[in-house]
Amino acid sequence: MVRLVTHNLLACHAKDCNTNNFPLVFQNVQLEIREAEFNSDFIRNFLPKIEWNALVKTAYELGDTSLPQDQPEMVDDEFLKNLHHVLFEIHIIEGGMVCPNCKHNYPISDGIPNMLLAEHEIA
Amino acid sequence: MSRPELVAPPEIYYGDTEAKKYTQNTRNQQIQADMTYRALELLSLPPGSPAFLLDIGCGSGLSGEILDEEGYTWVGVDIAPSMLEVALEREVEGDLFLQDIGQGLGFRPGSFDGAISISVLQWLLNAETSHPTSSPPHRLQRFFTTLHSALRNPSRAVFQFYPSSDDQIQLITSIAQKAGFGGGIVVDYPNSKKAKKVFLCLFVGGGGQQEVPKGLEGEEDDGRAMFERRRERERSRGKNGKRKSLKDKDWILKKKELYRKRGKEDIPRDSKYTGRKRKPVF
Repeated sequence: MVRLVTHNLLACHAKDCNTNNFPLVFQNVQLEIREAEFNSDFIRNFLPKIEWNALVKTAYELGDTSLPQDQPEMVDDEFLKNLHHVLFEIHIIEGGMVCPNCKHNYPISDGIPNMLLAEHEIA
Repeated sequence: MSRPELVAPPEIYYGDTEAKKYTQNTRNQQIQADMTYRALELLSLPPGSPAFLLDIGCGSGLSGEILDEEGYTWVGVDIAPSMLEVALEREVEGDLFLQDIGQGLGFRPGSFDGAISISVLQWLLNAETSHPTSSPPHRLQRFFTTLHSALRNPSRAVFQFYPSSDDQIQLITSIAQKAGFGGGIVVDYPNSKKAKKVFLCLFVGGGGQQEVPKGLEGEEDDGRAMFERRRERERSRGKNGKRKSLKDKDWILKKKELYRKRGKEDIPRDSKYTGRKRKPVF
């Protein structure tokens, strides 16, 4: 289950891949929408950790345009609901994530991304 | 004590059958649950705020289930695909990753409010190949540095693990310190062979204010020691060394009553002769 909440925290960790290694770009993805329990406290707490531009860009790529381009100053319920949907309810089941810098492809199968590196990629 | 980490690397040892066995064993479930609760206690997260945790070596989600129950959002990483498959079947809430923690974690700085890890670190202490990146110190160092940056400041990481010697503890703590962590080892029930549990409590930040928690003392209260039943039986023997008969009058009456209830026929009547001691034959 890759959700955008974790995707937003994920950077490439291959050897010597330290700049421009975030966010990983989704490719050939299969999505599934699963409802999740809404927890406004958690989202409010989580908000400072989110890299907003990356989240919006990825959400657009996945076809969800409910989020504004710029992070709003005011946090209202409608916004939190949309954010909840984007962060927790979009699951990526199959496909891959590609590092924008070193082009390493992390395949996703059955909702579990394979983050293993080959021997020469280990730092 | 058996040491599966000496048998094979984790992704191979925990194949399909072993992953199922591990997850379905109720005793194992109980131990894992106890240790997870204890790890959460040692993590001492601020109450009331919903935390985002990392479960390192989440396996089939035995610990993750407890994190779900306690209302935490979590991300789990593990190297054994079969274990993760079981976790998927069990429909745990957390996001799962197939990852070798010895290769380092790829999370952005400050991602997590805390990390727990149950029975994992000992798996990092064996070299699988002769490649320099496969040596235990290198893997531990890579793991601890990337973990340190993935954790928020201030926060904690609690690892329960089974060290086989003091040298191993020494190696792990020194590398963790080099990676920037504070903290140390907490030992629960140090005098009990069975209940003894070693926790590594690591702190990020906090300006040296944080103190390593105390381990639990005394004997473990639940569970029975080995041979306890035999000892009890020995005690039930009288002074003359003879054991008290198990099939005494009360027992016979109880059995007969049971058979009558079940509707069995030809149950002898109860009388003053029921269960009477016979005369010695010789």
